[in-house]
Amino acid sequence: MSVMPMQKLSICAHKSNRKAVLETLQQFGAMEIIPDAIDDQELEKMNTSEARAQFERDAELADQALEILDRYAPGNKAGLAMLQGNEELTSADVRQVALKQGECIKQASSILSFEKAINECRGNILKDENQKEALIPWMSLDVPMTFSGTEKTAAFIGTVSGVYDDAGFSAALLEKDPGLDAVSTKTLFTENDATNITAICLKKDAEKTEAALRALGFSKPAQPAMGIPKQVSEDCDRDIDKQNSEIENLKKKIAAMAPERENLKIVADYYRTRAEKYRVLGTIPQSKQAFFLEGWVPAVQADRISKLLSDRYHAVVEKEEVREDEVEPTVLHNNKFSQCAEGILASYGLPQHGKVDPTTIMSFFYVFFFGMMLSDAAYGIIMAAATFIILRKFPRMKTGTKKMFQLFFWCGLSTVFWGFMFGGFFGNAIDVIAKTFFGYTGATPILKPLWFDPLTHPMVLLIWCMLFGCIHLFTGLGIKGFEELQHHQIWDFICDVLAWYVFLMGLILLLLPSQLFANIAQMTIVFPVWLSQAAKWMSILGAVFIVVTSGRENRNWAIRIALGAYNLYGVTGWLSDVLSYSRLLALGLATGVIASVVNTMGSMLGGGVGGAIFFIVVFLIGHTMNMAINLLGAYVHTNRLQFVEFFGKFYDAGGKTFEPFTTNTKYIEVKEEAKV
Amino acid sequence: MNDFGIVMGLLGACAAVFLAGCGSAVGVGIAGQAASGVVTEDPGKFAQVLILQLIPGTQGIYGLLVGFITLSKIGVLGGNPTSMSFVTGLLILAGCLPVGIVGLISGIAQGKCSAAAIGIVAKRPDQFGKSMLFPAMVETYAILSLLISILAVTNIPIS
Repeated sequence: MSVMPMQKLSICAHKSNRKAVLETLQQFGAMEIIPDAIDDQELEKMNTSEARAQFERDAELADQALEILDRYAPGNKAGLAMLQGNEELTSADVRQVALKQGECIKQASSILSFEKAINECRGNILKDENQKEALIPWMSLDVPMTFSGTEKTAAFIGTVSGVYDDAGFSAALLEKDPGLDAVSTKTLFTENDATNITAICLKKDAEKTEAALRALGFSKPAQPAMGIPKQVSEDCDRDIDKQNSEIENLKKKIAAMAPERENLKIVADYYRTRAEKYRVLGTIPQSKQAFFLEGWVPAVQADRISKLLSDRYHAVVEKEEVREDEVEPTVLHNNKFSQCAEGILASYGLPQHGKVDPTTIMSFFYVFFFGMMLSDAAYGIIMAAATFIILRKFPRMKTGTKKMFQLFFWCGLSTVFWGFMFGGFFGNAIDVIAKTFFGYTGATPILKPLWFDPLTHPMVLLIWCMLFGCIHLFTGLGIKGFEELQHHQIWDFICDVLAWYVFLMGLILLLLPSQLFANIAQMTIVFPVWLSQAAKWMSILGAVFIVVTSGRENRNWAIRIALGAYNLYGVTGWLSDVLSYSRLLALGLATGVIASVVNTMGSMLGGGVGGAIFFIVVFLIGHTMNMAINLLGAYVHTNRLQFVEFFGKFYDAGGKTFEPFTTNTKYIEVKEEAKV
Repeated sequence: MNDFGIVMGLLGACAAVFLAGCGSAVGVGIAGQAASGVVTEDPGKFAQVLILQLIPGTQGIYGLLVGFITLSKIGVLGGNPTSMSFVTGLLILAGCLPVGIVGLISGIAQGKCSAAAIGIVAKRPDQFGKSMLFPAMVETYAILSLLISILAVTNIPIS
């Protein structure tokens, strides 16, 4: 309903209570602390960056350990983490774990070291595998690769360019040097235009042989393996086996530490909380004996917090006036239904203080339009039921997510309403099933729309959409007027809002009895003469008033009229805004039409068992896809109608998010006496 | 010549579907490339970028919608095509063109816009609400063309 009023508090207390006061504030999570609030030469700030960094490192360590634990010993229901929310614990539980924090960090470090060892093993395996692959071309060699000969002979092991077989190679060698007929050669392996060879000759021929080999492009292996290739390769295999069993062993060791998970989570959050505390501590100005603190709290909480602090810690708490250059953070306060739409508003931008919070009004339009766009009773039932079950099953999910699900629950109900109004239940599934499988020949549709069928009367629905659009837009303009009245800008209200109301109403009343409208709506409206006259004068008066007054800040009459005329031209904007609501019709029709296409496709094989199975398959796939696409469309376009058309009339966000000093946990939720 | 009436009508239905469908296909494809890039960096943004990727998909649906209405109007859907004059067939074809052509072009434009909006989500995930607005702006023109196509097709008298 509104933006919560905020109160600025300034706190001064004895230094000895420094941490206790901060901890209390952190537990409450209701105060946004203004950093560097007091600028005074005599006050000093504590350097906490080192302590804070240490806590952050420890929290990080525990986080990493938890991540590793999840990898090797998956906790149950890991995929639903988003819905489950944080585990609830009492502060006593946390204190108990915090007592043995050193132990926990040691455990975390050992998990990390196991992980490191596993990575080392994996590295070794990779090295072995690379070596094995490099040895493949040399596998038929039965001497070590570095073998250079015996007492009497010299051996050359290496690669020559070109492809040879045994005979071909000795021929090639002879060709290079005909004197080398006492060289025993062998080819080992051929790949990529190169051949691995061995050549053995008498020591006295070694130089000549080498020269001939060089001529053939001989080179020794770049990284020869120590030992006989086959044996080296077998050694590698053995080593891989060893490393693998080592990895298994380490994995078991990590998995055996799974019971530590809970403690690690608590410790991680404990460190995170302390790191945050030290961050704030570092921004607080302190004198020799006292420290000073300023921050925003919601006004309703101000008295309770100041009483608590002064009773418990003898702190001096004063309510401060807001300075000119300060921006109060925004907290929204809405009724139970409307607060689900706060997330939608926040994604556009929060309202500033002193402006209207449009959440409540928007939430009703949001649910209404969403239902109209999806408009299929069955889809609505599925949506409402699914969100209801999720909300029931995971009561502790994060507030933002919860609000979103609640909003979709209401949108689902609205969809059911509009579905029955327009007679859509999985499109025309009831008719198709009755006709195909039960031989129904009576009148269709069986499920009669409570209002009318939009496919047969699209024009009627179009008119209604525009009517809803006009109401939505006029509400937006009304909020602008309300704001102006609130700030006692009566003249602005008359010029910017009232004149437009008169002008637009006049135009609408002129349009209704016209031939154009009669053609579109297929109904003729006849106004009494006085009303037509009134409409004419309303629009003329409104238009003149707008032209004359819109540029009222300007003293030059020529510029003033020109500005006014330009402003009047804005009526085209209204036209396009109203037309924009035709998306209600378009998306509503799209859902119904695709659903009936799916049903028609499903019934193509006719009745019987085969036909029924085919129908069920097509039905399930088709309707799932249709529902997904149209849900998305309804979501995007409902947002758009709010953000562009509605907000465009009055809303300019610009509020600052309230970021209270709080525990900021990742895994656990500490139950306190009271939170906001 | 009268036989050509129904041919023109069917051509209209098909043009609405294939032109708008092509627009959406290209658009969703462009946005999908950008979305894949973001997800490789940060898989947690999958849901957000998926929504943005699918925004240019609506043109295809609008085309389908007009195609379907046209098919049922000219009786092809029921299995016994209405006989109509060549002129009526051409009228129906003309009525189908807005959603087809605007769907084709706006689908592609919206795809590019969505890809850029995915860039917003990649760098500033908190601005998701606003990032959705830019592609939704393009959509308006597809909806307006849909409106005219539906108005035209449903109001053309069959003779």
